[in-house]
Amino acid sequence: MASHPHPPPSSHGAARISGTGEPVFVRGVLIALSVAFLAVFLILPLANVFVQALGKGWSAYAHSLSHPDSRAAIRLTLLVAAITLPVNVTFGLAAAWAIAKFEFRGKAVLLTLIDLPFSVSPVVAGLMYVLVFGLQGVLGPWLDTHDIQIIFALPGIVLTTVFVTLPFVARELVPVMQATGAEQEQAALTLGASGWTTFWRVTLPSVKWGLLYGIILCNARAIGEFGAVSVVSGHIAGQTDTMPLAVEKLYQEFNATAAFAVASLLALIALATLAIKACLEWNMRRKDRRERDAAANARRGPGPGPVALTAA
Amino acid sequence: MSIALNQVSKTFGEVTAVHRVSLEVNEGELVALLGPSGGGKTTVLRLIAGLEMPTEGDIYIRGQRVNDIPVQRRNIGFVFQNYALFKTMTVFKNIAFGLKVKKWRARKIEARVGELLELLGLKGLGARYPHQLSGGQRQRVAIARALAPQPTVLLLDEPFGAVDAKIRQELREWLVHLQHDLNLTTIFVTHDQEEAMEIADRIAIFSRGHLEQVGSPRTVYEEPVNEFVARFIGVLNVLDLEIRNGRARLNELEFPGHGQPEGQHIRIGFRPYAVQISADPCAYPCRARLKHAFFLGIMLRVELELTSGLVIRARMTKEDYARQGLDEDREVSFQIRQYRVLAGEDGLLQPEISIAENPPTMLGEGI
Ligand SMILES: Nc1ncnc2c1ncn2[C@@H]1O[C@H](COP(=O)(O)OP(=O)(O)OP(=O)(O)O)[C@@H](O)[C@H]1O
Ligand SMILES: [Mg+2]
Repeated sequence: MASHPHPPPSSHGAARISGTGEPVFVRGVLIALSVAFLAVFLILPLANVFVQALGKGWSAYAHSLSHPDSRAAIRLTLLVAAITLPVNVTFGLAAAWAIAKFEFRGKAVLLTLIDLPFSVSPVVAGLMYVLVFGLQGVLGPWLDTHDIQIIFALPGIVLTTVFVTLPFVARELVPVMQATGAEQEQAALTLGASGWTTFWRVTLPSVKWGLLYGIILCNARAIGEFGAVSVVSGHIAGQTDTMPLAVEKLYQEFNATAAFAVASLLALIALATLAIKACLEWNMRRKDRRERDAAANARRGPGPGPVALTAA
Repeated sequence: MSIALNQVSKTFGEVTAVHRVSLEVNEGELVALLGPSGGGKTTVLRLIAGLEMPTEGDIYIRGQRVNDIPVQRRNIGFVFQNYALFKTMTVFKNIAFGLKVKKWRARKIEARVGELLELLGLKGLGARYPHQLSGGQRQRVAIARALAPQPTVLLLDEPFGAVDAKIRQELREWLVHLQHDLNLTTIFVTHDQEEAMEIADRIAIFSRGHLEQVGSPRTVYEEPVNEFVARFIGVLNVLDLEIRNGRARLNELEFPGHGQPEGQHIRIGFRPYAVQISADPCAYPCRARLKHAFFLGIMLRVELELTSGLVIRARMTKEDYARQGLDEDREVSFQIRQYRVLAGEDGLLQPEISIAENPPTMLGEGI
């Protein structure tokens, strides 16, 4: 080190501290600030949702949730999520597969397009569908004469939800599939497996954690989406109100207990999502680490040093 | 004939990965595809397997044209460079995969996998996952998996690239035994010429998509068709000579003129073993300084430096070196006993010319 012509900057007194050795009080202040921030803006409001929901006791809470309109909203929301998920899982797998395993022109464009729903405001997303399928829309007259209702009905809600949640699965799968490469699938093919068998037995198991992660996020958004759905729903109580819409409507009608009761369900779903997500992330990290360690061990192997000389 | 390629080409967009390659591999033969990086070796292997489609030409397996037969039905065993084991399956399931796909009965699968685990020295590892294995073990699992469905050909892409030198040596020997025992037609890719020389029945040498030469290790070493092959298989000294007064000359070195006109340049090549060295400075016509001697087991690699600064690589036995009392920095004399003229741009090698008064006895001894 002494003979090093340009000593690295860390050997200067002032810079040395900056590694991990900030003064204790700076660290303390930073931590306190973050905790306070989270408490005021996240934990307090969230807790308040439950406090308000249960403010008038359990029976009022149960009563709010068992109101036909609330039950319809819950049913509709679950139905929308149940349709959205398979659609976006299928699309996500197909798109990720194409992007990760094939070379084709327009790949970058496809990747950008997948991200589009993230950058478009949900209201605009909803409006897009109104402009296409609404009465004044492009396909409106035709749909009307054939008595097909899309806007202000279940199909419209599903379509916008699918649009808004489209990136989640694909975005999670692309990096996982790119890391796995195509060789395992090719190995399966050389062993006589059909494309279908290869997909089910080799591809799917190798991406299952990423897929699950994507599904969880997609589901959370599908259940919680407000803006886009609000535009196409028509707000017919008991028919086209999803849970977020019902919460808003109840609140506007000064029915705070009912509004917070439904909201508490959404909050619970969010918390569950968070927990599952944390679990999955922990699991994936552990798997990664295990594989990295194993790879390092295998490379090290026995027989060091002089043997290497015999290799050309 | 187990495998035949007939004028096969493969292009990827602008890149010609394989250019008009014709190659025949006999039943039970062990053939090495050898060449520098990017030579097209992997592509040839993938073409045979059906993982790539040829742009031109025909591929035959056991006499049947397989161009239109998909990978799944070519009945080949393929071992990938990085093994490509199924990460989510145990060793047992990895090996059983090809049998399951073929709908073997569970009992038969178990017997076959057990047999392979035994054969490949993987007993007791059936329940492990690939990440719990060493590099050498993974390699053998990959081979077991490829062998399980009893393929007609085994194709291996740099099978020993990713393991350390000692295990590589073991695996090489082991592959030779396995291949002989099973009498399985095998093609493997390597860019290690020593490895190819050691275990292959025949070597096919590729360079930039062209098949330069196919032959036994002895043939490609002793009768390389061109400069590329000669340099790739072992060491070749090349001298650029000019015809003056009817003789080809380079400083103090002098060779017959081969009827070339005055001022013409010719190139000659010779192997290190063709150089004969004596400690007596007057024993042979050329003089040099013994610059370095490298010990390689029973042989020595010797570098001779001419007064012009030109360095010639030679080879001699340890006994010879000791008997003559040679040492580094000694003045020696030498002669070149056999050489070939390199013709044309590719350095096509002309028949060997012997200029020794003593008959060439050491021909083909060592590399
Ligand atoms: N899928 C592909 N797309 C485009 N070019 C390719 C593809 N596969 C191979 N090539 C090109 O073809 C040429 C031959 O490649 P190949 O992999 O067969 O070489 P190789 O002899 O196996 O080299 P190495 O020793 O580095 O593995 C290279 O120039 C490579 O870039
Ligand atoms: Mg290769």
